[in-house]
Amino acid sequence: MTRKQRRGVLIGTSLLVLGLAVGLVLYAMSDSIVFFYSPSDLTAMHESPGKRFRLGGLVETGSVVRDAGTTVRFVVTDGAKALPVTYTGVLPDLFREGQGVVAEGTLGSDGVFHADNVLAKHDEKYMPPEVAAKLKKQGVWKGEASGPSPTATN
Amino acid sequence: MIAETGHYALILALGVAIVQMVLPVIGTRYRDPQLTAIAVPAAQLEFILIAIAFFALMTAYVTSDFSVLNVWQNSAAAKPMLYKISGVWGNHEGSMILWVLILTLFGAAVATFGTNLPRQLQANVLAVQGSIAVAFLLFIVTTSNPFIRLNPAPFDGQGMNPVLQDPALAFHPPFLYAGYVGFSMAFSFAVAALIDGRIDAAWARWVRPWTLAAWMCLTLGISMGSWWAYYELGWGGFWFWDPVENASFMPWLAGTALLHSALVMEKRDALKVWTILLAIITFSLSLMGTFLVRSGVLTSVHAFAVDPARGVFILAIMGVFIGGAFALFAWRAPLLSQGGLFAPISREGSLVLNNLLLTVACAAVLVGTLYPLALEALTGDKISVGAPFFNLTFGPLIVALLIVVPFGPLLAWKRGDLLAAAQRLMAAAIVALLVMVVVFAFMQKGPWLAPLGIGLGVWLLLGAVTDIANRVKLFGATPEEAWRRARNLPRAAYGGALAHAGLGLVVIGIVATTAWRAERIEALAPGQTLDIAGYQLLFEGVEPHQGPNYRARVGMFKVTRGGSPVTELTPSKREFTVEKNTTTESAIHISWRGDLYVVLGDQLKNGAYSVRVYFNPLVRLIWLGGLVMFIGGGVSLSDRRLRVGAPKRARAKAEAAAAGE
Repeated sequence: MTRKQRRGVLIGTSLLVLGLAVGLVLYAMSDSIVFFYSPSDLTAMHESPGKRFRLGGLVETGSVVRDAGTTVRFVVTDGAKALPVTYTGVLPDLFREGQGVVAEGTLGSDGVFHADNVLAKHDEKYMPPEVAAKLKKQGVWKGEASGPSPTATN
Repeated sequence: MIAETGHYALILALGVAIVQMVLPVIGTRYRDPQLTAIAVPAAQLEFILIAIAFFALMTAYVTSDFSVLNVWQNSAAAKPMLYKISGVWGNHEGSMILWVLILTLFGAAVATFGTNLPRQLQANVLAVQGSIAVAFLLFIVTTSNPFIRLNPAPFDGQGMNPVLQDPALAFHPPFLYAGYVGFSMAFSFAVAALIDGRIDAAWARWVRPWTLAAWMCLTLGISMGSWWAYYELGWGGFWFWDPVENASFMPWLAGTALLHSALVMEKRDALKVWTILLAIITFSLSLMGTFLVRSGVLTSVHAFAVDPARGVFILAIMGVFIGGAFALFAWRAPLLSQGGLFAPISREGSLVLNNLLLTVACAAVLVGTLYPLALEALTGDKISVGAPFFNLTFGPLIVALLIVVPFGPLLAWKRGDLLAAAQRLMAAAIVALLVMVVVFAFMQKGPWLAPLGIGLGVWLLLGAVTDIANRVKLFGATPEEAWRRARNLPRAAYGGALAHAGLGLVVIGIVATTAWRAERIEALAPGQTLDIAGYQLLFEGVEPHQGPNYRARVGMFKVTRGGSPVTELTPSKREFTVEKNTTTESAIHISWRGDLYVVLGDQLKNGAYSVRVYFNPLVRLIWLGGLVMFIGGGVSLSDRRLRVGAPKRARAKAEAAAAGE
């Protein structure tokens, strides 16, 4: 094999693997990406039922209802619009009424969001940035409420 | 007073780092041995100063000195001692100090133990290390000073995120950082070689141990993080393709590629330019990992910094180092001579394929990690790229790599014989196929790909065994001869085989637990039972419990299997009083078949509790495999060829070169 042929094999293999990778990435991009919406976004754009997405907002105070089993129903709101959610399973530790939440699942034809994953895995001061950004847009952002912090000196 | 000492040491260290960055380069440029020689004491002093700063901060934590803002924000008097110590790096400022401490430790090691390195190379390496230290010290001093005082000093601190109060997590950041920063050595050597315009096999012999050590630390750090996520977050999963996880996984992939290409360079003096490029890429990914995790761009338990100035600063550091290194590469790399030739089917060829697949797989992970950030910046759309994306892109690429792994070590350097290698692997292939068939026959449930995955893991394991058996001529020579050969086999050969076998274990663990995990979520009242994977769990009720800095509700479960008692499991929910935070402590019963994993949920209306139970078959193999890979790296590192002989030869060569000049 000449040096040229060797180089040809090397470049050919590289292009093959790269092409394969690009193909896979493009295919996966079209198929397995999950979008993030607030309840207002949903009413504005009519997401087709059955498509997976993430829903973010605040858990409406007083909306959490536990059924007989491990199914929980609650309402996610962004101040302007609200969407009922049902979820079967164990809620994360930091799931609380009035706190930020991100639920992943599909919108049923009954207008209820069926979550199969609920995320609220951060501390009580924390608000998922997606939620914070959407809430700021809706004008219900209350700012980072944290405890009194003593003045810092050097 | 102690905090001021630390602050002072930090600023002094910045000054020393500037000296270490500038003078040795001038010295090597103008051949001034005195200026060049400054690099060594500067690097040592640098380490001592950072160590003083680090221990000053640690003292403040251990003595609960809440007059220091950083301690007040992240610690509390009632916190156990281990977490007071680990609290030093459980926050943004402290973790950056740890980063620099490890960086300067490695620099001091090169200064102290690198006496057999060519002087110029050593001085340039230390200068590059110094420049990294300058960047990060500037960052710490200007935006992330951990020694800021509070006046008046509060009575008690705000505490530490309870999720982080965990032994595995206490040691996860130091190992991860040692890995990240260890790759900075490869980077410094690469840049020094580019400045020098000269590179040879001795260079690779020096870089390989550093890369190997960094890779080992990163392997262990990632395994620990995964293990922690598994038992602490209560989801029973071991990997989430979270951007923060990817941030540590990408340097690992690139570092693994670097480890293999440095091998080619050391043994055959080939792939020089590519190795240099890979060293730069690996450290760039480490820097990016630090940026992604610390800048607050991503949200997770890791994102301490929400101050935008910090993000911009780290971005600037990244830009300077990555951009500078690539510019230097483009300018100087053509000077480096091309190395030895090899046929496509050869050990070198197989390592090129390894590098190709690893870097492309790494690129796929990079796309999946950065695409959401880019899309949000460009269009404002928020998306999340999760496991399905990575399974579709990273999965096939890495499977292709795993299939060819056992062939590599069986091919000869320069020109290999694929047919002979295939014949030697015949036994391994047959057993792997048999395992596939057996698994397929016995496991009716689960995806059809799973038996193939198990077969792939077995193939890797037996491939590693075949490699060693072949080297000692287990079936071709007398037992005495094989034993003699086994004893004389270099440790690096055992290390490599062990690491590949560990990879096989990881694959088996991942496939088994992903495909055949059982999950039950039920509302259980005391006295009720639940069946899963042959186990029967009797829920006996919930008891209160008082810990050192938390109150807990502990669920009592009696586990039986076929009527005979197995164990008692006590999952709990902890309420941390200072932090006003709850955590879920899972309870896990470990057996050779897999883990029985129980999580206590919320109390329901009728006195029942929601309970989540998993059975994760063979999940332990994932971390066991990681440990085996770590040990394999250690065995390789202890190879005498990497330590004693090689540098001597390198020095002889350097002296010969100096004499010839």
